Amino acid sequence: METSTGAIGNSVPGKSRKLRSLHSGETLAGWLFVSPMLLGVTVLVLIPIIATLVLSFADWNFVQGWNGIDWVGFGNFEKLLHDTPFLRSVRNNFLFLLAVPIYMIVSMALAVILDRHVYMKGYFKVAYFMPYISSIVAVAVVWQVLFQPSYGPINQVLRAVGIDNPPMWIADPNYALISIMMIVIWTSIGFNMIIYIAGLQSIPKDLYEAADIDGANGWVKFKRITFPLLSPTSFFLLVTGVISTFKVFDIIAVMTQGGPIGSTSLMVWYLYDTAFVNLKVGYASSIAVVLFVFVLLITFGQWAAQKRWVNY
Amino acid sequence: MPISKEGFNWRKTILTAIMFAISILFLLPFIWMLVTSFKVESDVFVYPIEWIPRQWNAIRNYSDVWVGDYPFWKYYLNSIKVGMTTTIISSLVSALAAYGFSKIQFKGSNYLFLIVLATYMVPSQAILIPQFILYRQIGLFDSLFGLILLGSFSVLGTFMLRQFFMGIHQEFIESAKIDGANHFRIFWSIGLPLVKPAIATYAILRFIWTWNDYQGPLIFLRSDHLFTIPLAMQKFTSLSGEFYSLIMAAAVSAILPLLIVFIIGQKSVIEGIALGGVKG
Repeated sequence: METSTGAIGNSVPGKSRKLRSLHSGETLAGWLFVSPMLLGVTVLVLIPIIATLVLSFADWNFVQGWNGIDWVGFGNFEKLLHDTPFLRSVRNNFLFLLAVPIYMIVSMALAVILDRHVYMKGYFKVAYFMPYISSIVAVAVVWQVLFQPSYGPINQVLRAVGIDNPPMWIADPNYALISIMMIVIWTSIGFNMIIYIAGLQSIPKDLYEAADIDGANGWVKFKRITFPLLSPTSFFLLVTGVISTFKVFDIIAVMTQGGPIGSTSLMVWYLYDTAFVNLKVGYASSIAVVLFVFVLLITFGQWAAQKRWVNY
Repeated sequence: MPISKEGFNWRKTILTAIMFAISILFLLPFIWMLVTSFKVESDVFVYPIEWIPRQWNAIRNYSDVWVGDYPFWKYYLNSIKVGMTTTIISSLVSALAAYGFSKIQFKGSNYLFLIVLATYMVPSQAILIPQFILYRQIGLFDSLFGLILLGSFSVLGTFMLRQFFMGIHQEFIESAKIDGANHFRIFWSIGLPLVKPAIATYAILRFIWTWNDYQGPLIFLRSDHLFTIPLAMQKFTSLSGEFYSLIMAAAVSAILPLLIVFIIGQKSVIEGIALGGVKG
């Protein structure tokens, strides 16, 4: 800590010293207040980020011990470019992004209706929010049974209404990813809807009154007032939603383990599988770096694009 | 429900009915789960679906889950321990940092805050490997304390509480300082009481998230007796094989505490999420 030593030559040395020590007192207090958080973030996040970067240049199997590290430069990344399961995971990740606009549109529609046009608002908020707060493992287990191809309730209902060959859902490589996306949409709607409702409540009511005087119908009001004024909310939900698709892990781990035949393998699942099942630590770290770069690029891309469509 | 004759609003009533139908569709998996957990195994997949069980087996099912061969009460205790401790530590750490970042002007604080905030972008899986190695090295692997530490430094909590602290007028702080109070006093006797509702919101959310955390225990725990509910749930499922009524009873048990916490704190959770989200 620096104390007041440099006050010489000042015309009012006493006051300056006092100010300075007051200032350093503030600095000390400030650091003390943020230090637990800072320490935790440094040890558990910042240092691991650097370590991940370093390890991504290594060929290392965890069981070999420290001496088994083999530095391979960009070798891991070159390997990734030709690694079919990895490329499929990347593709799946980008397909998964489609879930975000879908649940945003549904949430916005529900929010607009809920905000002004229904009774029992409180009940609806809780009902739509239920999937979001529920234990994802429990939810995944329930859906696993619901989706069961031969005797699961969903397919029994589908057969009863005349669909003879309903999809095998998570057992079918063509439907597995879509099934998982459906569950993620189901769990995300509540959260998005709540935030849209809050966004709606911050829109000044007199705008709608003015539109009424001009004889605007509901759709015009939505297009000209609601939608543009919700754009900061939409932007927030888009950014956090996109980031969250790159973190989807639990549901895959419980329901499909990336299968069948890699159809639901996302980057984080492949990373986990490589690191903690196959113990290829260096290679997995290079996946982590790619994942991180994707998230970074997409986030910055969205920030850059927001000027075009977000009204503040 | 609309009863008054002159105020009867057809449009609103119809929309409410439609939304109600959609909400039932939303809740159907939960309803199925609950109903199935009361059934005897042979009735689980009977079609048409029996929404009211013909034979009740609730007591057997739930006692099998709670005090059977793989007793849930043990894992409940672990989850409660981890959930409570993480919530308390994380709330305190976040509140301290939020106060420091919003109410104390010191050099570099903005940069520090930006760095902390930026770490929110990092997918937790991208740093799992070094965390795992670190935990092995310093002996925190396979311990509840290690798991608690992992959830204790929340960027989101700091961000959320900072928004609330910024709403406190700086004059409050200044006048307390003139009266001779230092920042710790001010934090404790002025700051905390004023942001109590925000801390309550955050604490409820943190508890729910910790209770639901699957990835942390999966990576950082090995011993069965330390498992929290999500891992126990998965293990129970694989042990129970085809006993779906038992699995559903376990799922209900895993979700129930969350539901209780959520319904009690419903208003503050929803408002807190809305506030944190829109201001973000």
